[in-house]
Amino acid sequence: MSGEIVSTITGSGIPLRGNDIDTDRIIPARFLKCVTFDGIGEHAFEDDIKGLAEKGEVHPFVDERFANGAILVANKNFGCGSSREHAPQSLKRWGVEAIVAESYSEIFYGNCVSLAMPCFTADHDTCARLQDIIESEPALELRIDVAEAAIQAGEETIQLEIQAGAQGQFLDGSWDARAGLLENLKGVKQVASKLPYVSNYA
Amino acid sequence: MGQNLYHKVFDRHCVKQLPSGQYQLFIGLHLIHEVTSPQAFAMIREQGLPVPFPDRTFATVDHIIPTESEQRQRPLIDPLAEEMLQHIEKNTADYGINFFSPEKGEQGVVHVVGPERGLTQPGMTIACGDSHTSTHGAFGTLAFGIGTSQVADVLATQTLAMAKLKVRRINFTGQLKPGVYAKDVALAYIHHLGVNGGVGYAYEFGGEVIDNMSMEERMTVCNMSIEGGARCGYVNPDQTTIDYLKGRDYCPEGEAWNRAVHDWQSIASDADATYDDTIEIKGEEIEPFVTWGITPAQSVGVGQDLPKVNSFDEADQLVVKEAYEYMSFVEAKPIVGTPINVVFIGSCTNGRLSDLREAAKFIEGKKVADGVRALAVPGSQEVDRLAKNEGLDKVFNDAGFQWREAGCSMCLAMNPDQLSGNEISASTSNRNFKGRQGSPTGRTLLMSPAMAAVAALEGKVSDVRQYLEN
Repeated sequence: MSGEIVSTITGSGIPLRGNDIDTDRIIPARFLKCVTFDGIGEHAFEDDIKGLAEKGEVHPFVDERFANGAILVANKNFGCGSSREHAPQSLKRWGVEAIVAESYSEIFYGNCVSLAMPCFTADHDTCARLQDIIESEPALELRIDVAEAAIQAGEETIQLEIQAGAQGQFLDGSWDARAGLLENLKGVKQVASKLPYVSNYA
Repeated sequence: MGQNLYHKVFDRHCVKQLPSGQYQLFIGLHLIHEVTSPQAFAMIREQGLPVPFPDRTFATVDHIIPTESEQRQRPLIDPLAEEMLQHIEKNTADYGINFFSPEKGEQGVVHVVGPERGLTQPGMTIACGDSHTSTHGAFGTLAFGIGTSQVADVLATQTLAMAKLKVRRINFTGQLKPGVYAKDVALAYIHHLGVNGGVGYAYEFGGEVIDNMSMEERMTVCNMSIEGGARCGYVNPDQTTIDYLKGRDYCPEGEAWNRAVHDWQSIASDADATYDDTIEIKGEEIEPFVTWGITPAQSVGVGQDLPKVNSFDEADQLVVKEAYEYMSFVEAKPIVGTPINVVFIGSCTNGRLSDLREAAKFIEGKKVADGVRALAVPGSQEVDRLAKNEGLDKVFNDAGFQWREAGCSMCLAMNPDQLSGNEISASTSNRNFKGRQGSPTGRTLLMSPAMAAVAALEGKVSDVRQYLEN
């Protein structure tokens, strides 16, 4: 079983500045009280949005200029904290299709791969430059080429990085790990039979 | 050249290398709870997949369960919480998975229950849809927090697709000073290495300080690996580990026990093991820590002043300014004396018997300061029973704490225990993120149970060491 091939992502951008934006901020815990992921996109960054609104500021996720954004540009250690898949699920359901950031928490990164939402990395200056470009021209269509790990912004092409394994998974549609894991249940049982604790050291 | 534990355990569990370059890794123990599992069961149901190793998964309910006795009556008052509880009951029944339920008296925070039942054993791979799964590394396991799609992967295949990590050995040398605890050791390495210093790494904690710790203290240290960005953290198994496990429900007995001990000893890192990185932190230099900001690395020794914004790298100053604004704290002021409204002693970080005992030492015969709401929440129903046997519930109640029933409680605000408005809590939990404890403007100061106890008595951040000297 193979999933859809993710080779290009096209759309306008959303700039989200700041390091260490954690998954509690992406989706506050009260919205985890659910047994499906339906409707979770509406609550992305809900508390950050309210907090800024009280100061008369506008969070990018409710800023009209970025309402159609598909490519999120963040900074360092994005998605740190809780392992909740609800966080990338809420971003995806909000409309995010790919993320560019300086670095990610590993659990968050893995969750994004499972959702066919590629995460690219770039250095601080590159992320800041992309954020500047998006802010100065919010409607500009950006285009990410997954195979090239590059983002095109107008006339300019900016090189990004992506983990080679994940890149291959997006390009051949094998980002759903489960399909690959299921292929080898016989091997799994062999490994289990050799682990002494599986038989409680009998 | 010797091997470290990470590679020994990884190799034992490796099924094969996947086309992505990751490895298919057998998961020896899978723990599930009500928040991150319902969608996973829906995924495998939709695909018509069975659970091939149902006896390697164990469930409990912790995040959403109220901690006040009368609120635990079924159906739960919050219909969403009730629905989640019903889902885990049905899912575990449908797939033949053992559910440690409140009715059986076996319920608790998932990372407290696994070790206390003897499910967590050296040399295992462990996964749970919860980032604090790193706790189980205290026993010399590779223990990973995972997302919901991965929970479905483990249910359906008992394996995960995992990349190989680098290993950083963190040596804590010498001795801890009086008033300094495992929680301070955890906050210290996060302070030194940063909240993303561990990305790409497993942390191996060792040295004299760790060697001298109890299992419960080691769990506190490993619990917060994830807050330092590490994928997992572990301590090599030793006699302390073996002594802890002996006689626990799910541990082998008789000859099988001897075989287990021999096996567990063999998986510890070799004396000449190599590491991708090694750092040293002197035990004597660790102070009782308090966080002042919105990440667990934003901390100071209780005797120090809050850091100046310009003492940070320029790229980090944004989050430092954001933290000061959110907390309404001012740089260069002392943290000690900061008024607090709420005290929370509990969680998978510090909700075990020794944590409650240590806090009780400071509050026995004293009273919580006027206006302070103080909760003591045992990590499991078993911890609750053991604590009550020692009369700890009475010590806490007499001092003006509320002794509650087992659950995640105020760590993460998915149950009725929450901050309101911009209250400040002295909390023994693991995260001080914005809004973490339930109020979008609530403020969290992380600290050890002893520090939280003296904060409760004083109504403000206080230095536990002064209580030791008097």
